Amino acid sequence: MAFVTWFKRNVVVVAGLLTLAYLLLPNVVVTVFSFNRPKGRFNYEWQQFSTDAWRDPCGVSGLCESLGLSLQLAFWATLGATLLGTMIAFALVRYRFRARGAVNSLIFLPMAMPEVVMAASLLTLFLNMGAELGFWTILIAHIMFCLSFVVVAVKARVMSMDPRLEQAAQDLYAGPAQTFLRVTLPIAAPGIAAGALLAFALSFDDFIITNFTAGSTVTFPMFVWGSAQRGTPVQINVIGTAMFVVAVLLVLVSMAVGNRRRRQKA
Amino acid sequence: MKTTDGTTTAGGDVRLTGITKSYGDFTAVHPLDLTVPQGSFFALLGASGCGKTTTLRMIAGLEEPTAGTVHLGDQDVTALPPYKRPVNTVFQSYALFPHLDIYENVAFGLRRRGIKSVKKQVEEMLELVQLGEQARKKPHQLSGGQQQRVAVARALINHPKVLLLDEPLGALDLKLRRQMQLELKRIQTEVGITFVHVTHDQEEAMTMADCVAVMNAGRVEQLGTPADLYENPRTTFVANFLGTSNFIEAEVDSASGSQIVLKAGGGKLVLPEARNSAPARTGGKVLLGVRPEKISLTHADEAGEIPEGRNRITGRIAHSSFIGVSTQYVIDSPVCTAFEVYVQNIDRDPRLVPGAEVVLHWNPDHTFGLDAAQSLLAGTVGSAGVGTAGEEVA
Repeated sequence: MAFVTWFKRNVVVVAGLLTLAYLLLPNVVVTVFSFNRPKGRFNYEWQQFSTDAWRDPCGVSGLCESLGLSLQLAFWATLGATLLGTMIAFALVRYRFRARGAVNSLIFLPMAMPEVVMAASLLTLFLNMGAELGFWTILIAHIMFCLSFVVVAVKARVMSMDPRLEQAAQDLYAGPAQTFLRVTLPIAAPGIAAGALLAFALSFDDFIITNFTAGSTVTFPMFVWGSAQRGTPVQINVIGTAMFVVAVLLVLVSMAVGNRRRRQKA
Repeated sequence: MKTTDGTTTAGGDVRLTGITKSYGDFTAVHPLDLTVPQGSFFALLGASGCGKTTTLRMIAGLEEPTAGTVHLGDQDVTALPPYKRPVNTVFQSYALFPHLDIYENVAFGLRRRGIKSVKKQVEEMLELVQLGEQARKKPHQLSGGQQQRVAVARALINHPKVLLLDEPLGALDLKLRRQMQLELKRIQTEVGITFVHVTHDQEEAMTMADCVAVMNAGRVEQLGTPADLYENPRTTFVANFLGTSNFIEAEVDSASGSQIVLKAGGGKLVLPEARNSAPARTGGKVLLGVRPEKISLTHADEAGEIPEGRNRITGRIAHSSFIGVSTQYVIDSPVCTAFEVYVQNIDRDPRLVPGAEVVLHWNPDHTFGLDAAQSLLAGTVGSAGVGTAGEEVA
């Protein structure tokens, strides 16, 4: 009886914790198995604790090359998509032009299209153009599918921006360039940052489109998939865990900085 | 803190010449000539959509006039972008930069003009608006009244030739608004800069401004000191928009010397010639106006005690409401239904209750005359046509 009352009172907390566990369990498995020393080629069964893979993350041939390539692609794709997407978002919110309505809906099309269909048609396009598949075709494809997400993120922010802020800046002797740098950009920054992060994440772990447009180039997701056929090296778990830790650290640092600033102000 | 450099010369006036603004078919501001004397507190008063904010924005440079020129002193600034005009604005809802703290908000204008040492000026300005303590807070951490003062400080620190205020008190509650009215007036007197203030609140305009321009449907209906506008309105719009007015449609009986005698409902009423803005041909129509607080109320039984020489009409009290300092009566009379009378509660006559027969009387000097060819309701609250009424006048 006591348990029933306790449960009634804490049902939300329990449900919350269970959901959190559901979300985090895969990460826990990845982390735990990065310390495994598997017997065969497959890292699917727990054998023995070891830090071998952590001490030699590049020990598998091709892994670190593919990781480097993926990071590089993600960086340039983020840069390209963020620049273009921010400009598109500003154009869509700030200006009235003839094709505005059409562009507004067309921009969502890449998000709505099944990825595998888009990948196949991109391949057709590249082949017909006679393009050599590799880094550049992947980059073009990545910028393309990241663009819509950046536009959506930045647009939301720009739409909620009071146009009077820019008028106030102009009224206070800021020319067009100064107004943009001192007022528009800082206020739009959270939206742009959100768009950029999204673009980075999407580009970094994209498999389908990359697989179709890569030719003989191998990115990190392709490497993982390829090696999964022959056996999964522990290093994959090491890279996965490291990425997760870096992401968590970044979040913690930004939260700490935010908190300190707030406390200084108060 | 007194006026800086060039502004001490006569060149501090704001002169609008034939300024117009159209959006497609819609004309927001009809050709307008307006001079705001240097150092004055000038109010543009009107209902929403009357063109007052558009006029202000054309002075600021945020709106390009369709035609006409804007002069600041001797300088023609019509073609200058806002960031090159020696004019600053206090925006409606303030438009403080949310990503900068109060100090940086106030320093913004100085920094953009390349002034390096801003500390002393910013601190002085924050003192002037009593916000020294809040310098490192972000705008959203301040109350509405404080944000409003930051907006004023941010504009004033640049020593503009003219400070433009766009409904600066609209977002504040009544009590705070009263307080800020006095505050703004104090600051204006202290710094001696020309203030152009846009508002739809007639009380606010009258309390603060030295000179008020009443706007309606893109035109200035009348320009003058608050007392002049109140006492001598020249259109029914102004008479109704500033306070309340009672109107009687009357016929000119005779016009001799300084007095016009009018016939209304069988009685005669006197109107001073000097206060009539309508053509006074014998037999012509004139709208006679009188403010509710100028009228005295006497019970019909004592009508004989009313001194000679006063304008008088008879009526019956339809409604009365006691509001503390005064009692407001609505009186039905043959010449005008719903005549409003405000009586100070000095000695209350217990017989003055709804249904009582009364005589309304007032000093003829308090009567004003208007052209009868205009809507009686122009400018009243709820007359959907504050705009259309103006068109009729035109």
